[in-house]
Amino acid sequence: MNKTWNNKAWWMVLPVVLLVAFSAVIPLMTVVNYSVQDTFGNNQFFWAGLQWFEEIVNSERFHDALGRQFLFSAIILAIEIPLGIFVAMNMPNKGWTASLCLVLMSLPLLIPWNVVGTIWQIFGRVDIGLLGATAEKLGIDYNYTRDIGDAWFTVVIMDVWHWTSLVALLCYAGLQSIPQAYYQAARIDGASKWAIFRYIQLPKMRGVLLIAVLLRFMDSFMIYTEPFVVTGGGPGNATTFLSIDLVKMAIGQFDLGPAAAFSLVYFLIILLLSWVFYTVMTNLDKQER
Amino acid sequence: MNATIATPNTAPKRSFITRQGVVMTLYLLFLLLPIYWLLNMSLKTNEEILSTFSLWPRDFTLENYKTIFTDPSWYSGYINSIIYVVMNTVISITVALPAAYAFSRYRFLGDTHLFFWLLTNRMAPPAVFALPFFQLYSSVGLFDTHLGVALAHCLFNVPLAVWILEGFMSGVPKEIDETAYIDGYSFGRFFTRIFMPLIASGIGVTAFFCFMFSWVELLLARTLTSVAAKPIAATMTRTVSASGMDWGVLAAAGILTIIPGALVIWFVRNYIAKGFALGRV
Repeated sequence: MNKTWNNKAWWMVLPVVLLVAFSAVIPLMTVVNYSVQDTFGNNQFFWAGLQWFEEIVNSERFHDALGRQFLFSAIILAIEIPLGIFVAMNMPNKGWTASLCLVLMSLPLLIPWNVVGTIWQIFGRVDIGLLGATAEKLGIDYNYTRDIGDAWFTVVIMDVWHWTSLVALLCYAGLQSIPQAYYQAARIDGASKWAIFRYIQLPKMRGVLLIAVLLRFMDSFMIYTEPFVVTGGGPGNATTFLSIDLVKMAIGQFDLGPAAAFSLVYFLIILLLSWVFYTVMTNLDKQER
Repeated sequence: MNATIATPNTAPKRSFITRQGVVMTLYLLFLLLPIYWLLNMSLKTNEEILSTFSLWPRDFTLENYKTIFTDPSWYSGYINSIIYVVMNTVISITVALPAAYAFSRYRFLGDTHLFFWLLTNRMAPPAVFALPFFQLYSSVGLFDTHLGVALAHCLFNVPLAVWILEGFMSGVPKEIDETAYIDGYSFGRFFTRIFMPLIASGIGVTAFFCFMFSWVELLLARTLTSVAAKPIAATMTRTVSASGMDWGVLAAAGILTIIPGALVIWFVRNYIAKGFALGRV
């Protein structure tokens, strides 16, 4: 769309800027403030420079949490994106079955995150949960509170359960926007199913897929509540992701300086990666318009 | 589930079982099984949950639900959650509407940077903000109020609302604005009488998303409240640890948190896919 240059539009944006500034900039400045100071208690602070940043960037604890976080996000994207596309391609596209699928698939998305955790905590328990009990009956040694592999399996399958529908719904929206004429043309040309997918459906889903990747990456990278409820970050530190570690540090141990430096480094990593996704996305938008 | 015309590229199949039907049935089964298990548990007594293992409640009881509806510490959690979620939705949409209009219609100094800055707030991990929020809101007297939680949730809902609304508004041709001005409409009248009805579905979807993300968030809501505005989700975590795992009540509370979402989904089911694509399909 052809936009006109008009600086008065700032007045329309102003309420949003003020509101977000109140709930984002002021708290963020507090974090910056803590990250460069040290305290002996009694609210007396003194300048500590970049000491906390050096400590965090070089600490093994941070490296481990960051490594687990990247591994988790990578696994999540590798499972949810293909599975989401696959489900979207199999969804009925009209009639009451389509409505039913949409409603049922959206259900996990609207469950409070700690309830998601509770559901899987119960579902996986060997004594009272369906999954745990079935595994035990089948003779599989499954216990997510003791075994690292089982804990990871539970957390990953929980996230797949929780968020694959988001990817599927996005892809479904993309597929719905393809005109029937494209398929008719493809049929006349005798295109194979794979060719239709590769040259018609996939390019048309490109925009929504990027949104899906962006949203899934951001949200999996800041996941906190669900694994915290299920495993509490354990066994040991096996499922302690960045947010869990941060909350432990800030609210559990009240190490304000290191926690603030941790926050900023964490935020910068997300910003950098999201900026890359976002730039790619807006460039695609421009090409299409 | 028989999907007769499942994907547009295959010729209509007449058989009762199709590949599409099988895939969808399996996927929905995977989604619904854990929820069913929770429902199953919420209808059992605690003794039955711990002693026997059954796929459906043998000793059917509504006692767990009764506990929740009669105990103020439980049901006030639901009321608190709904109050701040509604407040947040109203605030987010009110401020996002003009901003989204500005982004979709005009270019102005620093617009692209501003848009990205707004989005960065959607990317900010709530864990980073939990402690500073607590301090800021305590110092201005917003701690443990519904408004406090509603404002905190604006952090990620306002950028999202602007993003979705901008997508929907960009789909409305600019000629409509110009025609309205030629016909002598003032901006305010044009916006409320002509423009908002045009993007009504977009506003509905945005409201749904604000509702959804505010409803499911727990970390900030729990950090910013203690008694007066405590959300149901926080009530669940605390009460359970105190009373030594009352599984039945916990399951019933969980089921009750799913219901508002399910109701809201039903109203927007035809727009939901477009909304998830942020109006950009």
